[in-house]
Amino acid sequence: MMNISDYVIPFENCDNTMVGTVGGKCASLGELMRARIQVPPGFAITTSAYEQFINDNSLKERIFERLKGLNHDQAKELDSASRDIRSWIEAGTISEPLEDVVASYYRLLGRRSRVPALPVAVRSSATAEDLPGASFAGQQDTFLWIRGVDQLLDRIKKCWSSLFTARAIAYRLKMGFDHSMVLISVAVQKMVRSFTAGVMFTINPATGDRATIVIDSNYGYGESVVSGEVTPDQFHVNKITMEVVKKTISEKKIYYTTDPKSDEVLKLELHPERQNSQSLLDEEVLELAKFGKLIEQHYGRPMDIEWATEKGLPYRGEIFILQSRPETVWSQKEVKPISEAAGSALEHIVAGLIMGKKLK
Amino acid sequence: MAEMKFPNPHEAAIIPGTEGWERMYPYHYQFTTEDPERKKYEEGMFWFYDGLHYPEPMYPFDIIWDEAWFLSLSQFNSRVFIVPPAMGIDHRIHNGYIYITPIPVSDPDEIPKRVELFMKRAGYYYQNWDRLHDQWEVKMRDVISQVTKLEIPTLPEMEDESVVTEGIGTSTGYKLLKAYDKLIDLGILTWQYHFEFLNLGYAAYVVFVDFCQKAFPDIPLQKITQMVGGIDVIIYRPDEELKKLARLAVELGVDDIALKGNEAEVFEGMKASENGRKWLDALNAAREPWFYVSTGTGWYHHDKCWNDDLDIPLSAMGIYIEKIRKGENIARPTQSIIEERDRLISEYRALLATDVDKQTFDQLLGTAKTVFPYVENHLFYVEHWFHSIFWNKMREVAKILVDFKFIEDIEDVWYLKRSEVKDALWDVVTSWATGCKPRGPLVWPKEVAWRKGVMDKFREWTPPDAMGTVPENITEPFTIVLWGITSDSMSQWARLKAISEKDLTKIIGFPGSPGVVEGTVRVCRSVKDVGELKEGEILVAPTTSPSWAPAFQKIKAAITDVGGVMCHAAIVCREYGLPAIVGTGSATSRLKTGQRVRLDGAKGEIDIIG
Repeated sequence: MMNISDYVIPFENCDNTMVGTVGGKCASLGELMRARIQVPPGFAITTSAYEQFINDNSLKERIFERLKGLNHDQAKELDSASRDIRSWIEAGTISEPLEDVVASYYRLLGRRSRVPALPVAVRSSATAEDLPGASFAGQQDTFLWIRGVDQLLDRIKKCWSSLFTARAIAYRLKMGFDHSMVLISVAVQKMVRSFTAGVMFTINPATGDRATIVIDSNYGYGESVVSGEVTPDQFHVNKITMEVVKKTISEKKIYYTTDPKSDEVLKLELHPERQNSQSLLDEEVLELAKFGKLIEQHYGRPMDIEWATEKGLPYRGEIFILQSRPETVWSQKEVKPISEAAGSALEHIVAGLIMGKKLK
Repeated sequence: MAEMKFPNPHEAAIIPGTEGWERMYPYHYQFTTEDPERKKYEEGMFWFYDGLHYPEPMYPFDIIWDEAWFLSLSQFNSRVFIVPPAMGIDHRIHNGYIYITPIPVSDPDEIPKRVELFMKRAGYYYQNWDRLHDQWEVKMRDVISQVTKLEIPTLPEMEDESVVTEGIGTSTGYKLLKAYDKLIDLGILTWQYHFEFLNLGYAAYVVFVDFCQKAFPDIPLQKITQMVGGIDVIIYRPDEELKKLARLAVELGVDDIALKGNEAEVFEGMKASENGRKWLDALNAAREPWFYVSTGTGWYHHDKCWNDDLDIPLSAMGIYIEKIRKGENIARPTQSIIEERDRLISEYRALLATDVDKQTFDQLLGTAKTVFPYVENHLFYVEHWFHSIFWNKMREVAKILVDFKFIEDIEDVWYLKRSEVKDALWDVVTSWATGCKPRGPLVWPKEVAWRKGVMDKFREWTPPDAMGTVPENITEPFTIVLWGITSDSMSQWARLKAISEKDLTKIIGFPGSPGVVEGTVRVCRSVKDVGELKEGEILVAPTTSPSWAPAFQKIKAAITDVGGVMCHAAIVCREYGLPAIVGTGSATSRLKTGQRVRLDGAKGEIDIIG
């Protein structure tokens, strides 16, 4: 179908061994596709493309020189260096061969979706995401509802430049990482016109119960949930029996959507009648939870998942998984047995009886 | 938890017109202030109303089972198995309602010594469970056989000549006193056996529950019981017998006769043909013992069993016959129940974080599965089979009191304490022996009439959920499992009390079986009302028992006043995949037939929507 390229790799050809080339996000999207999870199609702009771009624009030496002698705690200096470097990258020229290959993949994606100037989401896919404590990875930019090759190329450069935020520079300086060794990939993904979206944990983040799936949901794009701008609806699903065991419908004041006239993503007030309505149907909750269970099985550990539904059918939406990563809070806790090993059930019974049940 | 405040037991309400009610019950059941030490003890303990067993006030005679378990449960904890942190459960009565409190071992230094003894004694029972349990069944069948054969003699005008020729040396008067003593003794003995295994059964179960809740903080209790639940549980047997009889009636072509629904017509019709007689033989075979299943919990004398009123099982069987005629499958989905149980076990187990946890899970699950059949099955032997026979033997005793005009009606006997019945029988036999007038007719009819009035006033009164002081910790296994006493349940009690009748839009109970449905309710106060149920209604009942089983074929959900996650309605609904909310306290009085509700069985919430 598509020509194998060093610069662009479709998600379906990405997997977990390719984090160094396509970044964590694209690798995990490829893994999801392998697990037969419905993921919006798209492709990765590889780290080679980024390297090629840096070389074509002779930026490597320039960046190195600009960062020379800086210290991680010099906030002002870092800010100004970041501004300089980012402006150089964003003003750089993408070479014709690279532009051609990105444009042809983009048009192909549009043709397959039967949408001209297909709206896409452009997100950075960092190769450093799996570094312990490298939380800056998630800080990199996301651009929604991008249409046309020119806009796309522009946002790709913005993603590339996000490698040089002041925080990211400071972090590398502090950890002693070589700036030139840290690379970035970009995910270009067909935009899901989210009717509802949110996050899903395949563990109860509040209690650590591994048999519970917790889903947070709001209307519109998932950004309102991820950013914490609304108190989303929350659903608890028993992972084993696949029953919705708890539902909390909250007042959701705002949502993100695309303005059809200006083609811009806007934050709007949710219509008062919808503010207290259940944003995700029980059937959708259960279907989503099924995906969660599959993803967890595929990775063998509790996962943190972003999802969206697209309102194609009149009754309920079609569910897409936008990205997934391992859950970090409970997974990093020390694992201790609930009670010490004992030779017999009787010993456990004695210990349990003495413990009793706390009332206060 | 500021709302967990309950009234002082010594300041509990006195109902005007009932003064002197205390004499209807054993004297040591009273809350009293006369002794400072006892007063302080009573105020410092946490007394909760045992609504699980006693949805209505106690009849003076029926308190026999309360006294029986007061002794038996406590002694097995404290004196037989030496449960390390727990003594027994103390009992009181106020305005006819039973209040109980678990007694902890007060001296912490005692506990290590008790652990050693418990390990040895309980360990012996756990290790030899099957053998000892077989032995239990033999003992229990023996008691039942004794009570069945027990003869309550009527007093003759003159003793038979054989008393002289065989040199018997005693009279029927003596035999009557002895028979009554024997009847009471068999009742108490049955209740001794009742707890022989139950304390250990609950201990194993409660520790497994606790482990599961620590490993999976969100796990619903009903999932845990599903993991340990048995398949060949006696509780289903009476219902299975009805299904068999329904199938047989269709097979033999006598289903039209079987559908007549009342005893007289069915028997007459069946006797007329060869196939009918075959069917009657099968019916009679099933009656012993399966039709001793009570239509209530068996705790009250008015809980009739199927053998007392064959119209009940016959009309229930009719539901099955109609289903068979429509070609519907009436068999229990046992295969899918087993599969679901095994899936729950293996999936929960797989989610445990460490190998030590997996080992503990296996150990505790294994023990819980061993003990659980007893926890479910003893009910049939004691509360159903034995009690049903016992109540009727007591009616034979009562008949003698009616004959001597001590009471006007057989059913008046329940207004006498069992010690008063003994006194009255002495009055009867001595007057019979002397030929003089007994005093009883001057005393009892008046007293019974007064007690009836008192009981009516008790019924109108709503007992507080609890009295006294909430403890920090409860270690008594029954208190935790059976009554579900937790900080959550107590705050819920406090909350419910705050809602006035007018504002009632929500009723909360225990989640018995998951699922969400909306529908019309039908309040059935007894199993006799089951015939009025329409397909797809939501059953609202005080409690259910195996004799209600056919009702579950028609309904789409069940709500009960009384019961925990292990009660009959919850067990059956989980089997049939129907939502159930149990232990609501008052659904039968708060909901009206025809009202529409939405209920969520996983949460235990009922919303009144119209």
